[in-house]
Amino acid sequence: MCETNSTQPEIKVATGDRAILPEGAKTIPIFVMGKKYEVPETLTIMKAMEFAGFKFLRGAGCRGGICGACPTVYRLAGDYKLHFGLACQTVVEPNMYLAQIPFFPANRASFNIEELNGAAEAIHALYPEVFRCVACNLCTKACPMDVKVMDYISAIKQGQIEKAARISFDCIQCGLCSSRCMGEIPQYHVAQLARRIFARYIQPQAEHLKQRAEEISAGKYDQMLDDLSTMDKDNLEQLYVAREREPDMAEPGTWQPQDTKHL
Amino acid sequence: MGYTPELKELIKRVEATRPERVAMARRNEHYPALTMAERHEVLSKFHPDYQEDAKQAVRVGPNKGDVFQETVARLLESRSIIRPEKVNLQRVDHQTDVLVIGGGGAGTSAAIMAADAGCKVIIANKLRHGDSNTIMAEGGIQAATQECDSPYYHFLDTIGGGHFSNQRDLVAALAKDAPLSIAWLESLGMMFNKYDDGRTVVRHCGGSSRKRLQSSGDMTGAEIMRVIRDEARNREDMITVLEFSPAVELLLDTDGKCAGAILFNMETREYSIVKAKAVVMATGGFGRLHVKGFATTNHYGATMDGVVMAYRAGVGNQSLHSTQYHPTGVTYPEQNVGLLITEKVRGLGAHVLNIDGEQFCFPLEPRDVESAELIQEAMAKGKGIMTPTGRVGLWLDSPMIEELHGPGSVRKELPAKFIQFERHGIDISKEPMLVYPTLHYQNGGINVDGDTNTKVPGLFGAGEVIGGVHGENRLMGNSLQDIITFGRRAGQSAGKYIQGGVELKDLSLDHVVKFEKELAEAGIDNPMVAPILLPDYSTDEVSANRWPEAARAA
Repeated sequence: MCETNSTQPEIKVATGDRAILPEGAKTIPIFVMGKKYEVPETLTIMKAMEFAGFKFLRGAGCRGGICGACPTVYRLAGDYKLHFGLACQTVVEPNMYLAQIPFFPANRASFNIEELNGAAEAIHALYPEVFRCVACNLCTKACPMDVKVMDYISAIKQGQIEKAARISFDCIQCGLCSSRCMGEIPQYHVAQLARRIFARYIQPQAEHLKQRAEEISAGKYDQMLDDLSTMDKDNLEQLYVAREREPDMAEPGTWQPQDTKHL
Repeated sequence: MGYTPELKELIKRVEATRPERVAMARRNEHYPALTMAERHEVLSKFHPDYQEDAKQAVRVGPNKGDVFQETVARLLESRSIIRPEKVNLQRVDHQTDVLVIGGGGAGTSAAIMAADAGCKVIIANKLRHGDSNTIMAEGGIQAATQECDSPYYHFLDTIGGGHFSNQRDLVAALAKDAPLSIAWLESLGMMFNKYDDGRTVVRHCGGSSRKRLQSSGDMTGAEIMRVIRDEARNREDMITVLEFSPAVELLLDTDGKCAGAILFNMETREYSIVKAKAVVMATGGFGRLHVKGFATTNHYGATMDGVVMAYRAGVGNQSLHSTQYHPTGVTYPEQNVGLLITEKVRGLGAHVLNIDGEQFCFPLEPRDVESAELIQEAMAKGKGIMTPTGRVGLWLDSPMIEELHGPGSVRKELPAKFIQFERHGIDISKEPMLVYPTLHYQNGGINVDGDTNTKVPGLFGAGEVIGGVHGENRLMGNSLQDIITFGRRAGQSAGKYIQGGVELKDLSLDHVVKFEKELAEAGIDNPMVAPILLPDYSTDEVSANRWPEAARAA
């Protein structure tokens, strides 16, 4: 169930995520796993399939291009070229032949983050298959996020963890790269490991954060929070209104309020 | 792809009125803002939270007598998917210490903390592990990490933003744990935006007194989710992940303690019984109910399941009548429908216009008022613009920003939005955007205390499914923090509860029997069956072709 009646039923409009075909709008033919459906133009593949009557179980997630649930491969009639995209982000084209690849098997190696360090040897030991890369670049061509997949695999082979972490940052772990890989490399798992090693062991840890965590654990703010929790609403409102605001342009870690007794 | 020729024709009307409107803006003249009385009128007639027509008092259960949106009320008054008297509760399929229902940010944090406390954990996911609103959160996560800031100020900002309707112990927990959450995520290897010395980059957000929003590019939630999911996968000896297997009913024992749940394998359509010493409810929000037909920013599975199951087990909720709508969600192109257009666009001077290119509201009313005015113009006055996919929208005249602030200012001030539209052939520095209010966040949820205990022993709650943290209005960056703070607390609390010794008696569904008896006594003859698990986007034509009367599905 989801509500779909507009507040003013005399105007028929699409509501929620359900598409309708307004009067005079055009439809185009698409082929879902080879079978033809007529769908409104400008819909995404996901909504076009729902318009046609499919109900997703697999192959749909955030519906906003960030979760990696709906990788899709398609060709256009009369063209040999394969295209890759997310069903929620790719608009239907006439005579598109498509299939979703909601899951693709890929090896993932378990590790204990506490036992690693900033050296690339750990990645090479956990994923020796990265050296099977033949630099065909099919992974990069398949990436719906335009991540330069082959470049980060290459960086990892050369021990450049930071470079790999930064290049791979936009990865949504949909698995299309792995589905195309001649070397059978699970690129997105390798990239995840590289990013975690970078953030834990190469990028400096935040000193101010460490200090604040220690203060909190020592109970420094417990009384202040208890006081606020039991205060009557009028006093609370007064404190709220009287807050000083940190200037937008203040340099990090430099500005201090007049009243410092609650820091 | 860009705008269709028909829409391009309509844009000419916007361009025709623009010189006059820009001149007006330069003279610092604005379309008049509403008086308080006018605000009240437009809100009560057109804001979904205020409209009386589609509201309903719930007739059974812990919140009996409270008024909710009709959809929400009907779900609270729903009956179970299963027939309790026919279930064989002797046949237990899985035994575990902790069952976590929902594997988003809160559930996954809870699972890791419970595993750290020595508990065996099962995470039951409706979709894949990690499919959640967590993954969609872009902006950042609040935590008082800086020297000029402290949990004291985070508390004040949060409770003031919530109009002092928040539950205080939850706000205190959030403010206190927030820096601990960030330190935990950092130790797991999350890539925060940092300066060279390791200091986290922080920004202000609406309603903050200190710069407190830490972030990870513009995909903070996705980075959190992929790191903690990866960490959970490292603990496969302790954490079992079941996907496409949502919980459909809680199980209690004969003493009334929470003792597990019934799961439904959506692929094979098999049910199974999980017996667990503790259960963490972390099912997220309800955006996919599309209350009153609104588009949503939420992921596919956000259908209020946890609130429904907890309600039958006797756990009530608070602030669930309150929903955050954002006035300017995208209505075209279809790929971006429901996604947010930041308030900054109107802050930079862009007007909101109808099909004739005319202004009809002050562009910077409070969010709820602005939303109501857009709805009024499109639906009551019929002055909306229809898209090729049958959506209605209003123009947001972004090209004005170029004229008011100089060429290139749209791209400079709104880089992500510029790219998002450019990808689909629309240059928002030259062409306006089509927008309409969108459903963003479930402000309320089930009742818990600061340690995530519900009133049912052994049942804990965390994340968007719980109520009271944000009161009736949530600040940006507090939802991701809510997820991590209360997710971690739920895992720790469940661990402690089990360490204290839990003796489970026979499993029972008597609470469901009792609840359904209450439904019958209240005269609710034809209740919905819930949780609904997934929204149904079939068109009317397809639904009719399924012959609901003439054929019986196998």
